[in-house]
Amino acid sequence: MKKAKILIFFSFILIFSSFLAACGGKDKDTAGGKAKTDLNINISTEPPTLHPGLAEDSTSGSVLRQIFEGLTRINLDGEPEYAMAEDVQISEDQKTYTFKIRDAKWSNGDPVTAHDFEYAWKWALDPKNKSPYAYQLYYIEGAKEFNQNKGSADDVGVKALDDKTLEVKLVNPTPFFLEMTAFFTYLPINSKVAKENPDWANDAGEDFTTNGPFKLVEWKHSEKIVLEKYEDYWDADTVKLKKITMVMVNDPNTELTMFENGELDWAGHPTGKLELDALPILKKEGRLHTQAIAGIYNYKVNTTVEPLNNKNIRKALALAINREELIENVTQGEQLPAMAIVPPTMIPENEKGYFNDNDVEKAKEYLQKGLEELGYKDVSELPEIELIYNTDEGHQKIAQAIQDMWRKNLGVEVTLNNKEWKVYLDDVSNLDYNIARMGWLGDFNDPINFLEMYYAADTGNNDTGWENKEFQALLDQSQTETDPDKRLELLKQAEAIIMDEMPVIPIYFYTYNWVQNENLKNVSVTGLGDIQFKWAYFE
Amino acid sequence: MLKYIVRRFLFMLLSLWVIITATFFLMRLAPGNPFTSEKKLPPEIEANLNAFYGLDQPWYKQYWDYITGIASWDFGPSFKYKSQTVNDLINSGFPVSLTLGLEALFIAVSFGVLLGVIAALFHNKWPDYGSMVIAVLGISVPSFIMATLLQYIFAMKLQIFPVALWESPKHTVLPALALAATPLAYIARLTRSSMLEVMANDYIKTAKSKGLSQRAITIKHAIRNAILPVVSYLGPLTASVITGSVVIEQIFGIPGLGSHFVTSIQNRDYTVIMGMTSFYSIILLVCIFLVDVAYGFIDPRIKLAGGKKGE
Repeated sequence: MKKAKILIFFSFILIFSSFLAACGGKDKDTAGGKAKTDLNINISTEPPTLHPGLAEDSTSGSVLRQIFEGLTRINLDGEPEYAMAEDVQISEDQKTYTFKIRDAKWSNGDPVTAHDFEYAWKWALDPKNKSPYAYQLYYIEGAKEFNQNKGSADDVGVKALDDKTLEVKLVNPTPFFLEMTAFFTYLPINSKVAKENPDWANDAGEDFTTNGPFKLVEWKHSEKIVLEKYEDYWDADTVKLKKITMVMVNDPNTELTMFENGELDWAGHPTGKLELDALPILKKEGRLHTQAIAGIYNYKVNTTVEPLNNKNIRKALALAINREELIENVTQGEQLPAMAIVPPTMIPENEKGYFNDNDVEKAKEYLQKGLEELGYKDVSELPEIELIYNTDEGHQKIAQAIQDMWRKNLGVEVTLNNKEWKVYLDDVSNLDYNIARMGWLGDFNDPINFLEMYYAADTGNNDTGWENKEFQALLDQSQTETDPDKRLELLKQAEAIIMDEMPVIPIYFYTYNWVQNENLKNVSVTGLGDIQFKWAYFE
Repeated sequence: MLKYIVRRFLFMLLSLWVIITATFFLMRLAPGNPFTSEKKLPPEIEANLNAFYGLDQPWYKQYWDYITGIASWDFGPSFKYKSQTVNDLINSGFPVSLTLGLEALFIAVSFGVLLGVIAALFHNKWPDYGSMVIAVLGISVPSFIMATLLQYIFAMKLQIFPVALWESPKHTVLPALALAATPLAYIARLTRSSMLEVMANDYIKTAKSKGLSQRAITIKHAIRNAILPVVSYLGPLTASVITGSVVIEQIFGIPGLGSHFVTSIQNRDYTVIMGMTSFYSIILLVCIFLVDVAYGFIDPRIKLAGGKKGE
């Protein structure tokens, strides 16, 4: 009771303050008539590392993407374009890539060579370097074996033929490989410096050499990171910003207050967060920016327990959710209802999906069929179903809404339970649950990223106990298919199988929400939700 | 005196050992490990990581390594922050929390005692009620609301102080005020009640009848005695205030120690959990110890030597 009052009071202050602030509307940027070249953003927390080979999280990625440059870079249209590579030859079987490295310099003047890439990739794969994201490199021949202590570094299919030529051999034709080469695990490392000083990435300084549009000039741990334009960057003419200050404030209210006060040029995703209460107000004022990203919020179903081992019961639950209403009233972030697994940013027709949202009639039919197959007379005989989520107000509200929909639409009673994050992950991965909420954000822009986790019951992120021979065969086929259209067709067929069996109930596709200085242009937020400032400028 | 100090010191070591041991085992009993995440690592990579951090060793070996590490003030690398060791985290975070804490402590003690004394001297008159209204507000308004209010009034509206961050002395004012509010109120109430008690004593009356001025009585006789409960409250207060407040540091984006106490547990960052617990325990035990010693100087009724009662 007391807590509720405090919360109401608090939200009132917040709403009131943002409202008043909006009325203030003074503009500090245009003073003197000259466009600003300094950008201030909030990255919320200390990046756990700025070593490309050790990074595994989005905060580190948000900094690395500005200061390093891979063979390719995802451009403003979301397509990979040549970056450190100036040309690439792809063999007939699509398994050998030969990159030509352009003339570029590290921030200490050393030339960027093919050896730097070979060094960086093998460094990440070396089992003794404890790289958690090394598996992002498993597309390369011999990479997995080396990383898992079953092979040697010399057998890894990446080789600098000379300073300017990098040859990469892949296990399978991988149509998204040029996307992968933009990813942070594939970034180069100045091998000359790194060999001499293994701790080069721990602090800003002489040894922290970079090759991206910006360079790291200051890193005050847990406080702020300052980047400045790298004048010798090969494409320096494109880069307009002179300085980027990244502060670390891990509080959405403070972040928004700082933004309203002109201390930040950006608040919200992808590097920060907006409070749920603030979204409707900002939307009403027309200041909220929203963008769909490759991520799905779904309910995993444990297919090894009764009654959820029956696919008709699972489908009944999936169809009896009113996603439109949920998004309108609960999540409020303009998310897209998900009736498929692969986000529409990858397969546009998935906006419609494989079934209708809130199809209660059909849901009831499935439920009836499921009850008959399991030998129950009616709904009340169903064994107890528990829906779990990790402790968080947002997840709780969604779970309560869905619990209510299932009760009203099907008469199915579920109980809710929440758990601390790591306890939760442990339980889900041990199949110690009935229904559990999970999210998945894509690592690279290809449907396989959302499908391969269901390959086998014991695949790392499956967590549902479900597997299907036909599904496996389709994924296997897609691995060797060199025609992109045919490959996509195979993946769609595979997705259709999941949607028919429903080991996982899609709820919505993620969106990113933010407010920004309206004079700031050309900030790239990719379909994967990655932010880049290479092209950004102030009007 | 020396004997007392030595005994207290040994007792401190024992307490520390109990705390560290309990933390070690409780931490290991909690489900999950530093590497559990939404995107599961391939088992082979997890095995590599376990080997690197020594998590594949038997528990008694790990326990021994932790204990010897702490004894030599080396808490090891952080699991989460790969560019920093736990010692780095403490070395960079503690000075910040210490500065903020001392500032808050100064505000809390000086204004708290002042309010308390004023309230007691004007017992049941308007300064008393005024001070106590402030005190009740300070105790009952949670610090996160206090912090947001201060940000709203002084940063957004009046534009006197920055909203957040930790860059100049100006940046420290709002967080120090927010952090000081609750202890200030508490100290004011403590001082007031013990002041009232002291003022009713015979020796104050004696002093009055000797013709001493009200000022002399208050400063020389009353406050000195009335401050005792405040001193004993100062020990644990100092320990908690100078090691950082989770809430205040988060709201004002301050790079102190506070956030590590919570996030290290959420991340199951074993080495940081051990480092923070040991560090905090040491500070707490030292503060309590100092208070005990200080008592001996302020309060003549307490004899630190103990045992010998001057027979």
